[in-house]
Amino acid sequence: MALMAAGVVMAAGGAFLIFGRDVHAMTPAEEGLHPTQFPWEHTKWHKTYDHASLRRGFQVYREVCASCHSLSRIPYRTLVGNMMTVDEAKALAEENEYDTDPNDEGEIEKRPGKLSDYIPSPYKNDEAARAANNGALPPDLSLMVKARHGGVNYIFSLLTGYPEEPPAGATVPDGLNFNPYFPGTGIAMARVLFDGLVEYEDGTPATTSQMAKDVVEFLNWSAEPEADERKKMGWKVIAVTSVLLGLSIWVKKYKWAPIKSRKIVYNPPVVGTPVSKLKQMENQKAK
Amino acid sequence: MASPIYNLFFRKNTAMLTTVFVTMFGFQMAFDTGSTVLWDKINQGRQWKDIKSRYMEKEDEE
Ligand code: HEC
Repeated sequence: MALMAAGVVMAAGGAFLIFGRDVHAMTPAEEGLHPTQFPWEHTKWHKTYDHASLRRGFQVYREVCASCHSLSRIPYRTLVGNMMTVDEAKALAEENEYDTDPNDEGEIEKRPGKLSDYIPSPYKNDEAARAANNGALPPDLSLMVKARHGGVNYIFSLLTGYPEEPPAGATVPDGLNFNPYFPGTGIAMARVLFDGLVEYEDGTPATTSQMAKDVVEFLNWSAEPEADERKKMGWKVIAVTSVLLGLSIWVKKYKWAPIKSRKIVYNPPVVGTPVSKLKQMENQKAK
Repeated sequence: MASPIYNLFFRKNTAMLTTVFVTMFGFQMAFDTGSTVLWDKINQGRQWKDIKSRYMEKEDEE
């Protein structure tokens, strides 16, 4: 009896270990709140970026994020034909100074930026960036959408997810801000987007969520500038290859039809005439 | 077997090759144009070419 009870307990224990409470390497707080799936239009397979949104998003980047975050993989020339005219991009590039190649005396001078130059970083180097931000490095945003789980949903949730006050019981270390979406919930970046922070030239109301949406779509473009072309090409490839697939199925059927519809009949030899009898018949013929 | 189509396009190797190249060229043009028209229709108002007039015109005024 006692043995049976022990067996039941052990089986229950085993079942609990296998099917029971999940075991996490991290607590949910360390993992961060999973972002909401937002109904993005530009991530659909048949939709391009909304380039008016990219233009607004770039404005948000320049006016808000650029004071802390670099965007070092984006040269001015890529803006042309995506969200700016040539003249606008040139004017923007000329606002910044870049080093020249060494002249005859080996001196490096300054020249205004050109279309081929890359968007300048706010800090000289990572150490300077850390020093200015309480020891936290504002990461480069060029590939940020690709670099975080959840991509656009995560960054949108992060930017719009700062509560007025941390919830009761949450511990927020000094110098950090509470954001449930950030793994660990304590993030060195404070809330940066507030209603009406920028003024859009196209008259779109600059609400927090509008700015977040625009800047996130812009960051998606900076991480995947080829997406529009890639999607279009993808559809063309699918169109052509599906015709080819149809054709090859037809050819296969055409070639196999006579083989598949062939009737194979097997006529077994007549059994039952013993060999001795055959020999007798042969002998009779011979006579 | 000697249909006019066969005689004209496939009988001689040179004619066959010409047919292939000309069809290829024509098909590609038609396919590319067609898919661009469709794509632009699906994405009406979203692409830079749809909105750039706003910013081009503004420059002319200045
Ligand atoms: C005042 C400076 C500052 C501004 C302005 C700023 N950030 Fe940050 N940002 C930071 C710092 C510092 C971090 C690093 C946070 C950390 O590691 O705790 C950061 C981190 C991030 C991250 C990475 C979060 C992660 O998962 O690691 C993203 C994405 C981000 N910022 C986006 C933006 C966007 C978009 C804007 C503009 C709307 C912006 N930031 C404006 C300072 C700033």
